[in-house]
Amino acid sequence: MKLSEKTKETLLGPLNANNPVVVQVLGICSALAVTVQLKPALVMGIAVTIIVAMSNVIISLLRNSIPMRIRIIVQLVVVAALVTLVSEVLKAFAYDVAVQLSVYIGLIITNCILMGRLEAFAMSNGPWDSLLDGLGNGLGYAIILIIVAFFRELLGSGTLMGFPVIPEWCYQHGYVNNGMMMMPAMALILVGCIIWAHRSINKEEKK
Amino acid sequence: MEHALSLFVRSIFADNMIFAYFLGMCSYLAVSKDVKTSAGLGVAVTFVLLVTLPVNYLLQMYVLGPNCLAEGVDLSYLSFIIFIAVIAAIVQIVEMVVEKYSPSLYASLGIFLPLIAVNCAIMGCSLFMQQRVGLAETDPKAITSFFDSVMYALGSGIGWFLAIVCLAGIREKMEYNDVPKPLQGLGITFITVGLMAMAFMCFSGINIG
Repeated sequence: MKLSEKTKETLLGPLNANNPVVVQVLGICSALAVTVQLKPALVMGIAVTIIVAMSNVIISLLRNSIPMRIRIIVQLVVVAALVTLVSEVLKAFAYDVAVQLSVYIGLIITNCILMGRLEAFAMSNGPWDSLLDGLGNGLGYAIILIIVAFFRELLGSGTLMGFPVIPEWCYQHGYVNNGMMMMPAMALILVGCIIWAHRSINKEEKK
Repeated sequence: MEHALSLFVRSIFADNMIFAYFLGMCSYLAVSKDVKTSAGLGVAVTFVLLVTLPVNYLLQMYVLGPNCLAEGVDLSYLSFIIFIAVIAAIVQIVEMVVEKYSPSLYASLGIFLPLIAVNCAIMGCSLFMQQRVGLAETDPKAITSFFDSVMYALGSGIGWFLAIVCLAGIREKMEYNDVPKPLQGLGITFITVGLMAMAFMCFSGINIG
């Protein structure tokens, strides 16, 4: 299947140039809180991608019948229903991850990426474009989550996905895991650094 | 009483909504450009928390919890939808009431009130409350009575208020600093918040009562 230029832009734009986390600054709360380890970050990224894509499609289908005045509540209810589904599925099939993510699964409802995309895109575009837009933004969010979680888990506990990757002899020669990386504060500083790197790289393209 | 006081102080400092749980980050970063507006948003968030959390507490205790409505009925899977609907509805009502009875307050809070419905701090606080009602009574984080839930809401709100006013104060001064170009604006704000979070981590050891 060949994608047209516009479809490509809708799907791939949010991955880098128009990333929801580092450029539009949406959905920061959960991006920071679930990134102590790679596994919950991965699950969270997938969950958000699915929910953004699905809610985008549903709202896009309903967009002509939603009265403007109560649209926020309609959007919230659609999102809340989807989040409840995802949360129940996670509790059934990946209970330990669901416990680790705790309230942050529920907080997907108030994730600004969702409301932002629904308001800005799904309310004025067809279901197919909305699906692509949702997938793109969800993946853009997931990428940042995975980058932050990769560094925090690698430097903070010397593991990736729970498997030790720093060889034993490093520890014998005095290498110590950086406990700071496990603290909430370092997540903020890491995201700050990612934004710094992202802006330095993309600077020339913008000009 | 002692327990409620400890809960109150903990939720301001040790369990600060911003620095320990990153809740309400989006509006926190977007609105913290000057002290006056951020104080307005802080007050609005505290106010809405103070109204929504006790309502959600009562719902959790008498409708949603296991065996509340009838023997063997557990509606806790509905909690996301119920909580968000309560929050959205209360924000609407608060907006209408404030508009009618205090136009001056409405003028200063007006633009923030609709935003608050999707502020994660409000929803997050309700979800934390849902987790905490199940804790043992001796746990310092447990919410065991209606009064506890009010104190928890007040403490979380004040903690959020404190955090946003502090950041706004720092950002106002930072206008005059020489920050590397790609780091300006958002990047340096994140790093500032990170350093502030580190400072707030010192409070996590406090033990009251």
